[in-house]
Amino acid sequence: MVKREIRDILEASRQWGWVLEPDAKRAFSLFGFDTPRYVVAKTPDAAASFAAKIGYPVVAKVVSPKVIHKSEVKGVIVGIASEDELAKAFDRLRRIEGFSGMLVEEMVSGVELIIGAKIDHQFGPMILLGIGGVGVEIYRDTSLRMAPLDEKDARSMVKGLKAHRLLEGYRGSDPISMDALFDTLLRFSRFVMKVEGLIASIDLNPAICTSKRCVIADARIILAS
Amino acid sequence: MNLDPLFKPKAIAVIGLSSSNERHPANVIFSKNRHRYPVDVFGINPKGGFFQGEKIYPNISEVPGTLDLAIIAARAELVPDILADCIRSGVRAGIVISGGFAEVGNTDLQGRMAAMAQEASFPFLGPNCLGIYAPGRVDTLFLPIERMVKPEPGNVTLISQSGGILVDQMIKFAQERIGLATAVSIGNKALMRELDLLRYFSKDPSTQVITFYIEGFGRDEGREFVLEAQRCPKPVIVLKSGKSPGGQKAVSSHTASLAGDYASFSAALAQHGVVEAENELELVSFCESLSACQQPIDGGIGIVTGSGGHGAIAVDACWKYGLSVPVIPGPFQEEIRQNLSASVQSIASTGNPVDLTGSGVDEDFVGAVRMLFSREEIECVIVLLLPYLPGITSDLGSKLSTLSRQLNKPLIAYVPHVEKYDMLIEGFELNGTPVSPSIEGAVLMATALRRNKPW
Repeated sequence: MVKREIRDILEASRQWGWVLEPDAKRAFSLFGFDTPRYVVAKTPDAAASFAAKIGYPVVAKVVSPKVIHKSEVKGVIVGIASEDELAKAFDRLRRIEGFSGMLVEEMVSGVELIIGAKIDHQFGPMILLGIGGVGVEIYRDTSLRMAPLDEKDARSMVKGLKAHRLLEGYRGSDPISMDALFDTLLRFSRFVMKVEGLIASIDLNPAICTSKRCVIADARIILAS
Repeated sequence: MNLDPLFKPKAIAVIGLSSSNERHPANVIFSKNRHRYPVDVFGINPKGGFFQGEKIYPNISEVPGTLDLAIIAARAELVPDILADCIRSGVRAGIVISGGFAEVGNTDLQGRMAAMAQEASFPFLGPNCLGIYAPGRVDTLFLPIERMVKPEPGNVTLISQSGGILVDQMIKFAQERIGLATAVSIGNKALMRELDLLRYFSKDPSTQVITFYIEGFGRDEGREFVLEAQRCPKPVIVLKSGKSPGGQKAVSSHTASLAGDYASFSAALAQHGVVEAENELELVSFCESLSACQQPIDGGIGIVTGSGGHGAIAVDACWKYGLSVPVIPGPFQEEIRQNLSASVQSIASTGNPVDLTGSGVDEDFVGAVRMLFSREEIECVIVLLLPYLPGITSDLGSKLSTLSRQLNKPLIAYVPHVEKYDMLIEGFELNGTPVSPSIEGAVLMATALRRNKPW
């Protein structure tokens, strides 16, 4: 059984058909995933006091039940370096349809991957790993496996990416932590197997991988209809 | 459910037999089994009468003795009652040839039949199918005997959702001399589905390779299928149609868009060691190669050729399909050269490919193949033979095949397929070496060895 609190989050999101980012992050955090520190601020002051606590730069994102793809409405602002910029960001995001708050979170830099799941009609839960970010459907560099994954699957998924050398330290960049990535993939597979009846698909995009961590920087859960 | 009565029947009934129409599907089936197969055949029609001097029984319950199999070729709306009659009379299995069910929207009619048969543990194939062709045992295909192209008996079982594709593959099997164990057309697969047949044929001693043509699976059925295929000790080959996305609806997540129906299908198959054929050429090549040899390889290919051009094309094809053609170290190349007959020593290339030129003789081919087999990085040798070269005899096929068997390493041959070269080709094939009529086909055969359960 999936934890009660995770189930409650998914049930409460039924009204929208998908789970708002802060709720999705909360669910993943409860399941042991590495998520950035964040707050949902209703006012510029609340945003500023959280940013002061975790330190700049920070990322700001719109929270709105009307917006599934935040980038498409310019609802994501990265690299905010001061209180002044943060206030401007708030002013801009609050004009987006359905605005219910501004998510402020620590900024993590690294290789952007997508880790995803889809409940396939013929094959049930499938897990996807790919080169992530906004260009994910342009690069289409992905590995796909039937869940649950074992460690061998996780390894072969990474090897199966055309861009796998980017992850292993390419031209002077640090290699990402494969342990953190494998752990995230296997944990994700366990998560998906627990909620398979409740969801249609999940995008963790980007999951940002560094030499030490694999951080779920954004999460979207589409619920089963 | 016990499927033996379906695939190994002793007594069969053909329901819907006409007393006057020789070309009626039921009559074609009746005639060919009565005259050519070791089964007792009974014709059924409520109107009674005689066909070919044999009594037509008005009802299946009147047939003496136990019936293993009833073949039903009556109008769709009559079929559920006929099926109920069969079950009541103790018939053990059925094949519903008739169309007019789910394929034209009559899903209820089909569903009723499936539920009834399930309840009675009565296995049946179809509806809307051709049934079974089992060489030497039974043939329920309603194709007149003189029109059929029949492959030799062998170890590949073919299972197809489409009857047309099944018959077409039988023609290709015959052309390429691939031996057939059983051919099964499952049509609308109301009760017996791919998974049931996979389970049955994994235990069938005459089947060594199980091949499917699949249009699609039901809910979660693909998952069960690949898990079963992974457990199956025999290679499972699948050709899928309906890959194009067509009018797929817009999806709101990247993953759903990237992991479309076919992408998921293909990924799940590969993950579980099922050999997916992209097209018919691949299907035939994979069947031929895995019916002869099932030794898994990682992909190190040695090439021995009588022409530089053929070698180059083979290298390109290996590259295209992700196989490697490892470079042979200089000193070993020299050893290969020293082994060659005097006339070729100075003109042969002994890297990989080994090009023996148009002057190569049998002994040069045997020596070069033997030396490549001795190298650990070479897991499989492809030999490109041009039988018109004067130094090659028709014995070379059996000589090279014997070598492959002795050293326990797979060999694949390319020989142009014309009647003139049959003795050479049979020398290979009858001794367990698959032969392709194209260079690319030979490389595809090696690909099958790599994709089949690669662990």
